[in-house]
Amino acid sequence: MTVLDQRRGLLLRILPPGLYAGRASKLVERSMLAYSRMWLVFVSGVLEPLFYLLAFQVGFGKLVGEVAGPDGRPMSYVAFVAPALLASSAMNGAIFDSTFNVFFKFRYARTYDAMLATPIGPLDIAIGEIGWAVLRGGLYAVAFFGVMLAMGLVTSPWAVLLIPVAVLVAFAFAAIGMACVTFLRSPSQFDLINLALMPLFLFSTTFYPLTVYPEALRIVVQVFPLYHGIELMRQLSVGALSWGMLGHLAYLVVLAAVGVWGAARRISHLLLR
Amino acid sequence: MVQAKALTKRFGEFEAVRGIDVEVRRGESFGFLGPNGAGKSSTMRMIACVSPRSDGDLKVLGLDPETDGPRIRARLGVVPQQDNLDVELSVRQNLQVYGRYFGLSRAQTRRKADELMEFAQLSDRADDEVEPLSGGMKRRLTIARSLVNEPELLLLDEPTTGLDPQARHLLWDRLFRLKAQGVTLIITTHYMDEAEQLCDRLVVMDGGRIVAEGSPAALIARYSTREVLELRFPPGHEVPPERLTDLAERAEVLPDRILLYTGSGETALEHVHARELRPLSTLVRRSTLEDVFLRLTGRTLVD
Repeated sequence: MTVLDQRRGLLLRILPPGLYAGRASKLVERSMLAYSRMWLVFVSGVLEPLFYLLAFQVGFGKLVGEVAGPDGRPMSYVAFVAPALLASSAMNGAIFDSTFNVFFKFRYARTYDAMLATPIGPLDIAIGEIGWAVLRGGLYAVAFFGVMLAMGLVTSPWAVLLIPVAVLVAFAFAAIGMACVTFLRSPSQFDLINLALMPLFLFSTTFYPLTVYPEALRIVVQVFPLYHGIELMRQLSVGALSWGMLGHLAYLVVLAAVGVWGAARRISHLLLR
Repeated sequence: MVQAKALTKRFGEFEAVRGIDVEVRRGESFGFLGPNGAGKSSTMRMIACVSPRSDGDLKVLGLDPETDGPRIRARLGVVPQQDNLDVELSVRQNLQVYGRYFGLSRAQTRRKADELMEFAQLSDRADDEVEPLSGGMKRRLTIARSLVNEPELLLLDEPTTGLDPQARHLLWDRLFRLKAQGVTLIITTHYMDEAEQLCDRLVVMDGGRIVAEGSPAALIARYSTREVLELRFPPGHEVPPERLTDLAERAEVLPDRILLYTGSGETALEHVHARELRPLSTLVRRSTLEDVFLRLTGRTLVD
């Protein structure tokens, strides 16, 4: 009780009682313990982007050569694709963590029921689980950035910001993914998630600029959340800054906030009834 | 510890708990006895502050679950009906991590985990995964976990359902120890022997209502006779109950046997034999809570 009182942060004061106890970090601690036996996951997460970039450098790079960058100047195709792959891998990692793992704990292991029997509330669970996904996403982003650096794909100091943006992309997708997964009833419905991710990965200007689409389709692509992550990163990677970047940023921040709020609400709705 | 007045829980149209009054005092061991679907678990979830009440008043540890949920939960221990141990963690980690959820320091959780593994007789499995543990061990670990915050009130929902007799007795023994340490226990069960063993006082629930309240002995004295004579007749040779009812204060006819409630089962049995009736088997036994439930609801507890 005293611990609760001492830690009364801003969130604690404005939220209804029972929703948040300020203990989200304890969930991250739990995840770290649980994953300490599964360190191979990290190895694969770090190697994946390396393989991707190598494939593009050695393979596609030979065929495509140079393309026009976000600022109009020519750049190598690998350098063009690299930030987009970083955004996509941040998305994939976050979605994996916040859907498959959350679904298992939510429907089968009843891990969250056990947590809710303690002072921990639904918002702690949402923030804690999403926080872990973000932490992992951040780690992968650092590794990816390291590979980019080593391959000479980083040409602007602004590119350092790729890492925090990757973290934001991971945050937004983890949050939305967690909110969505609470609607699933059986593991077979995970195909729905794959069905949504595939076009997102392929069509969000990952491999070519928006201008290849006819006018009508551009609007559709601009609704995709991953598009905003990719645009943001691609511009940062060459240091081509613009006011439009604030729009991309706002889109992702709103997505993250809606996701956290939605996930907490769904947990309340389903487990505290 | 717990005060409920006209406590009600509705799920849509369905009324799971229909206005019950309950008072649980400090240090006692209190039971909710009833068949599946009687509203026991819904009541427990409301007390555990994980299910908002639909109507009525509820105070747990003097606080209102609606406004002080986390504060109450910090002082409760909960053993749910289905084990929800963390299968991604070891036995020891389960206890430590749970302690962290309650805001304990790392040093505290380490000490507490050792102590509780000792209590639950799981010390030699400390670093094992949870999944391969036996049902009884998982149950003991769940109970150990519920004690990590040194709760004043422990809620146990069907604690021994699905366990073999040996595992049940071991568990009961641990619960007696807790009671001796002054922990207040609230137990739901559909096993009458468990209720008789563990509860100082209990309420019998049926269809969301409380149908009787008292100590096991008082309930038996009030709603049943001292002894019961059970008669089983061979199929096809059943005896019309009217030929027996005058031998007892009361008779219950079940699908497979007739129960005669009487002060002396042996005397009644002599009369049965004197009437040249040949039951397949006979049993004279003491009345139990099962008989109380049968009397109150006309049904048996465990189908």
